[in-house]
Amino acid sequence: MGKASHAWLAMAARIAAIPGGYLLAGLASACLARLLPTSNVEAAVTGMLVSFGIYAALLIWAFSARSALRLWLWWGGTAAVLGVILAMSIALEGRA
Amino acid sequence: MKQGFRQSMAWLHTWSGLLLGWLLFVIFACGTAAYFQEEITRWMQPEVTGASDPVAAADGAVRWLEANAPGSGDWYITLPGKRAATTALYWSPAPDAPAGSPTQATLDGEGNPVAARETAGGFFLYRFHFDLHYMPVLWARYIVGIAAMFMLVAIISGIITHKKIFTDFFMLRFGKGQRSWLDGHNVTAVLALPFHLMITYTGLVTLGSLLSPVPIAAVYQSADRYYADAFPQGDTVERTGKAAPLASLGSMVRQADHVWDGAGIGYIYVSNPGDAAARVSITSAPSSSLDARGQTLEFDGVTGRPLDAGAPKGPAQTTEGVMIGLHAGRYADSALRWLYFISGLLGTAMVGTGLVLWTVKRRLKLPDPARPHLGFRIVERLNIGVIVGFPIGLATYFLANRLLPIKLVERADWEIDSLFIGWSCAFLFSLARSPRRGWIELSALCAALFLAIPLVSALTTSRNLPASLLAGDWIFAGFELTMLAIGGMFAFLAWKLRVTSSLAPARERGRRKAPA
Repeated sequence: MGKASHAWLAMAARIAAIPGGYLLAGLASACLARLLPTSNVEAAVTGMLVSFGIYAALLIWAFSARSALRLWLWWGGTAAVLGVILAMSIALEGRA
Repeated sequence: MKQGFRQSMAWLHTWSGLLLGWLLFVIFACGTAAYFQEEITRWMQPEVTGASDPVAAADGAVRWLEANAPGSGDWYITLPGKRAATTALYWSPAPDAPAGSPTQATLDGEGNPVAARETAGGFFLYRFHFDLHYMPVLWARYIVGIAAMFMLVAIISGIITHKKIFTDFFMLRFGKGQRSWLDGHNVTAVLALPFHLMITYTGLVTLGSLLSPVPIAAVYQSADRYYADAFPQGDTVERTGKAAPLASLGSMVRQADHVWDGAGIGYIYVSNPGDAAARVSITSAPSSSLDARGQTLEFDGVTGRPLDAGAPKGPAQTTEGVMIGLHAGRYADSALRWLYFISGLLGTAMVGTGLVLWTVKRRLKLPDPARPHLGFRIVERLNIGVIVGFPIGLATYFLANRLLPIKLVERADWEIDSLFIGWSCAFLFSLARSPRRGWIELSALCAALFLAIPLVSALTTSRNLPASLLAGDWIFAGFELTMLAIGGMFAFLAWKLRVTSSLAPARERGRRKAPA
């Protein structure tokens, strides 16, 4: 692979982190909202309030990561774990 | 490694700031103006004078609605509060009302319809801040939300980039080209840094359920169920069809005001007025607490007795309400309101200087500074067209308020269109001139327009600045003095740019002579 195409790929991986980070931040705040031991509305609002901070931190991470591959492995793995927790929690307890 | 981190943050700061910088400039400018939206509206309706008493205003509103909106099932009444002078009414039309019959009115303190020029006033600037214009509101809010997220990332990466930002803060070097723009950017950023961070994060929270629906969807099956939980409404009561007169709204207002220790009344909702099942809910004035959502009391509309209060809100919802309150600043008294306004101006200047810095930094590195590449030219023109062009649009909006015929059909819409016409003209003009001349000439024009506002107002209304000052009318005097100050600022900018740009060629020649 040429140097130029490698640079493009690295850039594309970071641009993809904009929607990707949004989804990961959504998953993380959704899990938080599911697991907080408060009322439904309090849990949902807490998740919403922190989601923007999580998203901002993820974006900073993505644009400072040296290896795009390692970044996406981390994010993919985290998303899988969070996804399983969220799906199990909803399957077991349902939604309001 | 450390070096790499700072470098990537500098890159992120540059591009996240640039990409939506122009939109952020407009959002910041309008949001700043919106801190004085009620005062702006009062200036834009010079016919309305005097203050009003909430009890008299509530009773006046009921008299007017009973006479003019018979059979309506819902009345929404916004009382004047501390800063406005008029009562705003909305109602749902009666089932037998002809299509297109009116559903809103504006009353003065005694309950008589206001005979004032039609204008969207400061309210338009407030709505433009997050709803934009000429496009569906929902799209606008997503676009504004994305811009706010870029802003948050630009601020964080900016702080990381400028490790020495706080020490650099004490260095403001005028007349040093790139250094001056960088210093200006640092000073406006650092001086109000807590404000910039707060306003950006809380701005995201104001649109929270729209921008971040996932945690809500994780808990609730539908948005409706979330809203029912988050904003509980008293049990909906069916209309009985049995007529019963409404108890005195003024006395309910007095009771609510007493319960809230004189916090003031913001908003009244009456369901089934004139029916035995009438209910009244009164919400405290937004100026009364940090929590923007306020408190609500419910009354039986026929007996006028208070009903049971709902459960108090939990910490997360209170945090949300306080964050929205901090953003909107409705609680702020006049000293704090001015601090908000000045911080907002600094934010607007931070975005503006950042955008200019992008071109200043790159101009010297261009292969041929006389013929920059297309991307550079686009940024350069957009900078002029937005940083000077949008203020020109704002001045046009205020001038149109005074100059358009009073009886013009759809006058309020024409005022808004004037803003965009003025802005577009500035944009087109900047395309026709060299960037250097465009900056200077449009800054001068912008200064002239703002300075003309008090003059035009004095010529077209019965009020003028010296008379307002003598009468101690700080709403009118404050508005017009602010216009003069903004005009003075743009005049200074025009003068400064003229002086430095006439020096630039000489400096450039000097640099070329020096050995490399």
